[in-house]
Amino acid sequence: MVVAERKPIKEILAMMAEYKKILLVGCKGCVTVCCAGGTKEVGILASALRIAKKKEGKEFEVIERTLERQCDPEYIEQVASIVENDGIEAILSMACSVGPQYLAKRFNVPVYPALNTTFIGGALEHGVWAEFCQACGNCVIHHFGGICPVSRCSKSLFNGPCGGSAGGKCEINPEVDCAWHLIYERMKALGKLDDMAKVFPIKDWSTSRDGGPRKVVREDMKL
Amino acid sequence: MKAGSKLEKILTSGQFAVTGELGPPRGADVEVIKKKAEHLRGMVDSINVTDNQTSVVRMCSMAVCKLLLEMGLEPNLQMTCRDRNRIAIQSDLLGAYALGIKNVLCLSGDHNKFGDHPQAKNVFDIDSIQLIQTVKQMRDDGKLLSGQECEGVPKFFIGAAANPFGDPFDFRPIRLAKKVEAGVDFIQTQCIYNMEKFREYMKRVVDMGLAEKCYILAGITPLKSLGMARYMAKFVPGLDVPDYYLKRLAGVEKKKQAEEGIKIAIEQIQEVREIEGVAGIHLMAIEWEHKVPEIIKAAGLYPRPEVN
Repeated sequence: MVVAERKPIKEILAMMAEYKKILLVGCKGCVTVCCAGGTKEVGILASALRIAKKKEGKEFEVIERTLERQCDPEYIEQVASIVENDGIEAILSMACSVGPQYLAKRFNVPVYPALNTTFIGGALEHGVWAEFCQACGNCVIHHFGGICPVSRCSKSLFNGPCGGSAGGKCEINPEVDCAWHLIYERMKALGKLDDMAKVFPIKDWSTSRDGGPRKVVREDMKL
Repeated sequence: MKAGSKLEKILTSGQFAVTGELGPPRGADVEVIKKKAEHLRGMVDSINVTDNQTSVVRMCSMAVCKLLLEMGLEPNLQMTCRDRNRIAIQSDLLGAYALGIKNVLCLSGDHNKFGDHPQAKNVFDIDSIQLIQTVKQMRDDGKLLSGQECEGVPKFFIGAAANPFGDPFDFRPIRLAKKVEAGVDFIQTQCIYNMEKFREYMKRVVDMGLAEKCYILAGITPLKSLGMARYMAKFVPGLDVPDYYLKRLAGVEKKKQAEEGIKIAIEQIQEVREIEGVAGIHLMAIEWEHKVPEIIKAAGLYPRPEVN
């Protein structure tokens, strides 16, 4: 899933400084799963904003909505009547950064992101998420024991581990696992260490962001 | 001869090689470079010029290499993959060769998180082993990665680093084998302090036949003080400074620690010379270039061989 975390309240308040009535929109997709922008978080942020504005002695109204997804125009449409008829001055989105972009495309009011979209990842334990993918567009993890060196090695090495690997940890931070140490242990367990002895060739990054903004077209699904 | 550099000539003639290192200044002062380089003149066969080491911005390696050439000294261009994609790498290699640089050391590079610009975007388009392949392809096939023929083929003597003390230890000789497969000609190791571990590493490397396929230069960095030794032991990932050196430095008074550090370095040089498969040393006297003559002379490595 896309993992995100909420911006500091101070930053969000600065964004909202000039507004008296906003629409706060959550998303029931990835950001609900990673507890950053679902119905619950929308409620918490709305309360925090109301309290802060009240303290400042400012008039402030927040309308709360949480959509099925914000990365699909049909769900965005569900807030159209509120935005267009209820005097909404700004929209604050609690989706990953796709959400505010969809909202901005649809509505002629300023849209603000309440979240920082951090990475594609998964939960390690309750309350901890980690990065597992950088969407390079050409998955090669099967060559590395099912561990992605692009996202999990600090230098995205294809022929690691580098000389900074110490005690299974990465040179950048003892809290970070050395992906190549993990790959080594996994390949050893699989009896595939011989594969690690081969030089892995230079990657074609054209399928990654380096090839420009990407688009997936499925002719069989087009209407 | 692949490149015909002095370093290549000394190594291929079976003589024990000595390389040195020069860290460029954090500014545009040429005098700093000249001063450092003069200490190394006649003491080492060729001089590595670091490429923004520890990710701290310094004068570019290629420019400093050219300054050394003008001084009649042989440079080793260190090149990392941290700041350059394959376009910049190949372009820089062509330019470096055109300037007369014949040795290149292929590195992944220290992560930018360590340096003075941790906010920088890093590149890592290719890694150090793929960089070796790239330089080799340009040299031996006369072709760029695109397949484009080079107008004028850069003939480099190709170097790389190896850290015998990085983990997992069992994989380190295999990773060296990958560098050999990629086409490396010479290796400079990380600073060696744990001699026992280095011997074990070299034994495996020799048993795998790797010492016959590339020249291995043992990395030596003299310890200037107990403080430096402690820092290296504690904070430099992948470095192994055994306690007995810390104790030894702690056992002498502070102003004599530098002298003791030099003694240790000289002993280490003698020890690595006895190890099968070691073809030379890479002396990294970090911000201590003026001590190089003393070390080289005391280690019996002076005068350096003359080559044509």
